[in-house]
Amino acid sequence: MLSELFPNVQMDDLWVATYETFYMTLISLVGTLIFGILLGLLLYLTARGGLWENKTLHFIVAAIVNIFRAIPFIILILLLIPFTDFLMDTIRGPKAALPALIIGSAPFYGRLVEIALREVDKGVVEAAKAMGAKTRTIIFKVLLPESMPALVSGLTVTAIALIGYTAVAGVIGAGGLGDFAYFYGFQRRATDVVFVCTVLIVIIVFIFQFIGDLITSKLDKR
Amino acid sequence: MITIKNLSKIYRTKSNTINAVNDLNLEIEKGEIFGVIGYSGAGKSTFIRLINRLEDPTEGQVIIDGEDITALKKNKLRLSRQEIGMIFQHFNLLWSRTVRENIAFPLEIAGVPKQTRRERVDELIKLVGLTGRENAYPSELSGGQKQRVGIARALANDPKVLLCDEATSALDPETTDSILKLLIDINKNLGLTIILITHEMHVIRKICHRVAVMEAGQVVEQGEVLDVFSHPKSQVTKKFVEQVMGENQQDDGLGDVIEGFATGKITKLHFVGEVTNQALISSVAKKYQVDISILQGKITQTRKGAYGTLVVHIDGDDEEINKAIDYIASTPVEVEVVHHA
Repeated sequence: MLSELFPNVQMDDLWVATYETFYMTLISLVGTLIFGILLGLLLYLTARGGLWENKTLHFIVAAIVNIFRAIPFIILILLLIPFTDFLMDTIRGPKAALPALIIGSAPFYGRLVEIALREVDKGVVEAAKAMGAKTRTIIFKVLLPESMPALVSGLTVTAIALIGYTAVAGVIGAGGLGDFAYFYGFQRRATDVVFVCTVLIVIIVFIFQFIGDLITSKLDKR
Repeated sequence: MITIKNLSKIYRTKSNTINAVNDLNLEIEKGEIFGVIGYSGAGKSTFIRLINRLEDPTEGQVIIDGEDITALKKNKLRLSRQEIGMIFQHFNLLWSRTVRENIAFPLEIAGVPKQTRRERVDELIKLVGLTGRENAYPSELSGGQKQRVGIARALANDPKVLLCDEATSALDPETTDSILKLLIDINKNLGLTIILITHEMHVIRKICHRVAVMEAGQVVEQGEVLDVFSHPKSQVTKKFVEQVMGENQQDDGLGDVIEGFATGKITKLHFVGEVTNQALISSVAKKYQVDISILQGKITQTRKGAYGTLVVHIDGDDEEINKAIDYIASTPVEVEVVHHA
């Protein structure tokens, strides 16, 4: 039945493409999480009145974040080709897309992390200080747990942006559903392939949003 | 036990400088409940934060148990802070932790092993009366319960001092009283020194041994609560006393009432301290051939006895009236005859 409706869709290839999209999204999401939290913490802690108040460092981190957020993703991929080649030893396939995906979305998530941390009640941080907590303790036992729902919902937003980025990366040969839709669908005028890829991407987005919302509401004890 | 010497905190902004705390000197005894009262902006909040150096002083010293807090390096300061408990107006609990986990937090910070931690938390939960709510999250608790968690948390590491930053200001009157009672119990049973700041005279009256009145970063008046109450010197103090005593009520239509009496004497009785508990009025009525009716009055309780004024009409034989008044004058109650009929 499916093959009648979508005559040009090769099921095996479609599954590979779907797998590649999941692969790129998940691995780069982990990278984004790590670097985004680091950037967000740096932005928050070095800001005025922060625990590590430092004007210069704050300015540098904020500048890096803003620059990478300003570069359109498709251009960022092209700019990063030498770096990708050096790091991954290839510039084709899902693996090659990872550096660009992480560098493109970590600053975005970093800003969301910063906002989440700023929402943490200052009084609670003060209370921890009054108990004699180390900065490390304040970060891991107060700031991160108290901002967890916002961190997770921010990560959900980032994950969905990442799914979009993987499709863009597909255009220059990263694999995944974007690649499949562009080369097998658009260039061969097989509209049904484009359609099926779109539906699959929308489903993946829904899955991520659903899981994200579920975890957020489970975590939020307020 | 706590000595505060020439303590100052100056905030400088581009346009002006603010002396939040200005050359403050205080001596707080071991085991007492010391209150600091002032309107917002008086610098009391800054003052209490200078004690555990949540704010660094511009000048001066805070010495707790012989240890100069103001001279401590970062790591030493952290360890000292573990011996200074603090509770807050808005409780400042971690919403992501249960009651039990919130109380365990300062113990985790102090590196107490898990087993000891659990036992200590159980003790504290019993102490503050939260048995049965151990696994609730702060969002499931009432304001009073949250403050109880705050108190348990502050007591976890057996502190030498408990700092209370407007601890009851966000609570309703009834809950305020129950929290104050808990603080009195803790003070009595653990011998804990408590410093509290508030803008409610009611709180001072209920639980403090001594009080300091702050205005514009300075202490304008200090001493035993009853003394400050009965002989307020500064304008601010008088205002605070009015908070619990009501406005100056001399003219509350009393003039007309006085005119209405054809015989006897109208007298004002000023009560200061313990005598109020003795049945003064009834003993006068029994001893002398006089009738006493109370026209107006307000008596309020402090920890060291009552304080207030009664306006009474004493009627009867002139000689008996005078004897009665002499008798009252012989007690610590002050008598003032306002009107001879």
